[in-house]
Amino acid sequence: MSNVTLNVNGTTHTVDAEPSTPLLYILRNDLGLRGPRFGCGLGQCGACTVIIDGMATRSCVTRISRVQGEITTLEGLVKDGTLDPVQQAWIDEQVPQCGFCQNGQIMTAKALLDKNPNPTDTEIREGMAGALCRCMTYYRVQAAIKRVAGGVVTGEPVAAKGGVE
Amino acid sequence: MANALIGKDFTPPDVRGKVTGRAKYAEDFRAEGMLFCRLLTSPMPHGRVRNIDASAALAMEGVIAILTADEVPEIPAPGNPILTNEPLYVGEPILAVAAVDETLAEEAIAKIKVDLEPLPFTVDPLESLRPGGPNARGSANTVVSGEGLKEIKWTTEDFDAVADGELPMGEPTATWSYGDIEEGFSGAAVVLDETFVTAGTSHHSMEPRTAMAYWQNEKCHIYGSTQSQSFVVPGLARYLGLEPDNVVYVGENCGGGFGSKGAAYPTMVIPALMAKKTGRPVMMRISRAEEYAIGSARPGFQGRVKLGFREDGRLLACDLYVVQENGPNGGFGDMSAAASAISIVYTPVAMRFRGASVLTNTPPRGAQRGPGQNQIANAIEPLFDKAARKLSVDRFAIRRVNAPDHDSRYGANRGAITSAYLGEALDKGAEKFDWQKKQAQSGQRRGSKVIGVGIGQAFHSAGSNGFDGLVRLTPEGKLHIHTGVGNLGTYSYAGTSRVAAEVLKCDWKNCVIERGDSSIGLPWNLGQFGSNTSFTMSRTNYAAAMDAVGKLKEIAARDLGGAPDNYEIGNEAVFRRSNPSRRMTYAAAAKRAIQLGGKFCGHEMADDLNPMTKAAVRGLAGTGLVGVAKDNLPRTGMVPALAAGFIQIELDLETGKFEILDYLGVADCGTVIHPQGLAAQIRSGAVMGFGMASLERQVYDPHYGLPRSVGLYQAKPPSYLDVAVGMGAEAVDQPDPQNPMGTKGIGEPLMGCASAALLCAISDALGGHYFNRSPVLPDMIINAASQRPQSHTPLQVNTD
Repeated sequence: MSNVTLNVNGTTHTVDAEPSTPLLYILRNDLGLRGPRFGCGLGQCGACTVIIDGMATRSCVTRISRVQGEITTLEGLVKDGTLDPVQQAWIDEQVPQCGFCQNGQIMTAKALLDKNPNPTDTEIREGMAGALCRCMTYYRVQAAIKRVAGGVVTGEPVAAKGGVE
Repeated sequence: MANALIGKDFTPPDVRGKVTGRAKYAEDFRAEGMLFCRLLTSPMPHGRVRNIDASAALAMEGVIAILTADEVPEIPAPGNPILTNEPLYVGEPILAVAAVDETLAEEAIAKIKVDLEPLPFTVDPLESLRPGGPNARGSANTVVSGEGLKEIKWTTEDFDAVADGELPMGEPTATWSYGDIEEGFSGAAVVLDETFVTAGTSHHSMEPRTAMAYWQNEKCHIYGSTQSQSFVVPGLARYLGLEPDNVVYVGENCGGGFGSKGAAYPTMVIPALMAKKTGRPVMMRISRAEEYAIGSARPGFQGRVKLGFREDGRLLACDLYVVQENGPNGGFGDMSAAASAISIVYTPVAMRFRGASVLTNTPPRGAQRGPGQNQIANAIEPLFDKAARKLSVDRFAIRRVNAPDHDSRYGANRGAITSAYLGEALDKGAEKFDWQKKQAQSGQRRGSKVIGVGIGQAFHSAGSNGFDGLVRLTPEGKLHIHTGVGNLGTYSYAGTSRVAAEVLKCDWKNCVIERGDSSIGLPWNLGQFGSNTSFTMSRTNYAAAMDAVGKLKEIAARDLGGAPDNYEIGNEAVFRRSNPSRRMTYAAAAKRAIQLGGKFCGHEMADDLNPMTKAAVRGLAGTGLVGVAKDNLPRTGMVPALAAGFIQIELDLETGKFEILDYLGVADCGTVIHPQGLAAQIRSGAVMGFGMASLERQVYDPHYGLPRSVGLYQAKPPSYLDVAVGMGAEAVDQPDPQNPMGTKGIGEPLMGCASAALLCAISDALGGHYFNRSPVLPDMIINAASQRPQSHTPLQVNTD
């Protein structure tokens, strides 16, 4: 075990863990984050995706000892209590079905759009190809990405529990 | 009067949590002092535990306990056991280890010595049916409805009676018929007699199933991953030997089920039993490979069908034989469902079904989206195209002439149906898709690529009745809609909750859906499976809301004079029809209900409610005006969900790959209650169907019985690259007369119609080559295009 320092969503955390521990386990078990999820543990599905220095990265196969940069998780997309346009587009298009993979869809799309604000259909497909969804929400994901690329999405405040929730 | 909510889009309340990370799945619930539990599973397809030596594991610091099959309730065969001393498939749980963390539990498992005696096994039903062939369970190789486990062997003569590649048809374990099939075949212009294979497929839910449990005051609290909510509780109670009242079940979100998590399943109770043994909360998370083994699978079919068509394409006779690969346990009734599907989708004048469900040492089978119906759509729809070619009948016309109407009859018992608009779905699809124009493009070449088009149809029985509804108006002026159906992610739990709001004319902003935790008071509802939620839950919520309307009017009459019939509701108030100023708001009526007590606030209730609903109402009594009722509305027929898919592809004859240029799905789901949700289901169900037609299959090594498609890469569920460029979604939108809102289910056939349409289009692009097999893989397409033999034999199963 050794102390490893991680910068997650703008906050520095020091954890005592084996350097080979997958980042996902630290995010979920030690830091209590629920965005990144364990779907396969093999880097096959993308449910665990986080953004590290702008790159969509599979946290289930990333050792904490190899993480140098700023880590952004799904929770970190909310800025000043306002949803990221990508999250807002996901709500508007009602993208999630079971929702379990949607962290990976959103984080992969966010990294894609940050690099390429106006992706073509082909670029969306190729950029998103590694993010699996068993509910097959792909069509809606594509629609949501286009909605963001169209520049018409403004994030709403993150609602507190209420309304019909 | 036009609906204010039904038929309108809305944002289901759990969407936001799913895009922010707030939504809680089973794994997100933790408890103080929680242990983690891991499984030791079978490395062989069939074996017997001779000895377990866990001494080294138990000596490790931090390892708390092991749990073996000898310590858990025995599930009568052929049910799926909790733990076993005779594993019947690779990956079957033998024992569990609890430790302070998962790594330690895993290290402890590595130190346990299990002496396992290998036993004969089979991964091919026909092999097991041969004289002297291996049985998956020693003395038994089939499970017969009503009779249980049995051994069935066909004779050498049965096998010798057929040509190579034809399915032998020995003694069946199930059979039914109606009409005179021989008369039908003798009068037919074209008769096809075809052998087919459809692959078994894993559910592969994205969330590897997790459960966490602890005991408190004799009650077992379980946090799990299930499609259903209330329906899970009695099953959990049975596993644990408890009364349902002593189980608290929390299932807020389910990371995919597709049929595999409809009811309580045995691995859910391992942490509960371990928690009882250790006196501490226990969580069990499983791996992706374990999810393959214990996460259920669709049965594969080896089948044969004889179809006799009149000159205009009308199906005069159908003779179906299905050998079902059933896994080692009770499995599921896919083969019977397949036969019944034929009876309603194609309405044959005469039909016979025979089937044999054969046990194999592969993962336990269960319902998977369109169980039986979608496999048979894959088998039959391309054969309709083949018949159409032989008859020179249009491929649309051959489907249209056989489409059911409202008087059509269903299945072995020739039962009535509630409504059928498949013909209208075909008509609408042909028009919107421009079938005539697209069909004219069939066979067009562009280099090595060729255009193919196809139509597919599918069905599922999609609705039930007799369950309870529960709503509550509170003094704060909120309508609380208590739903016990569960949340698979299709949002039908929310869409059907809006029925209560519609009936009570409530602003949706003033409604709260209560769900996901049995301790908050949930009614007895059917599970969220079988495409039944829309039909079943709209009825229960209607019944509860109507009960609330009646109570509102009674309270108003008491306080404001006149008779209840003199009152109307609107704008969240009850008012006198002749003098609307004589009114009482829902908030005020809720306060009065509490003062009046009795039935008004849940202190008294109808006798015909389920005990679970009664317990929920007792817990909520005195908190508002309680509307609670059993759905006693009439239902006099099976509720058919029907769908048609239209597709155009471009197939590359050199690579065997294709691109879907256009797809349109058309749903017969009665009145549409949530257009955005329906469109999502039509499209996503179609993509799942594309995977069934062209990608997904279980693969087994026949020599060692080892699985090869355990991971997502090997099993190949579709990715973005498999989505059609254009994907349309339409609905007939005609009301079902036996639902108060006109709605009925649809989820399952949306997959089967797309899968079948794609298979038809591939065959069309190949100029009428019919594979009689799904999935159709690129190497099969290349072999067909170059007129080379396939690498599999016609009846081979679990092939790569």
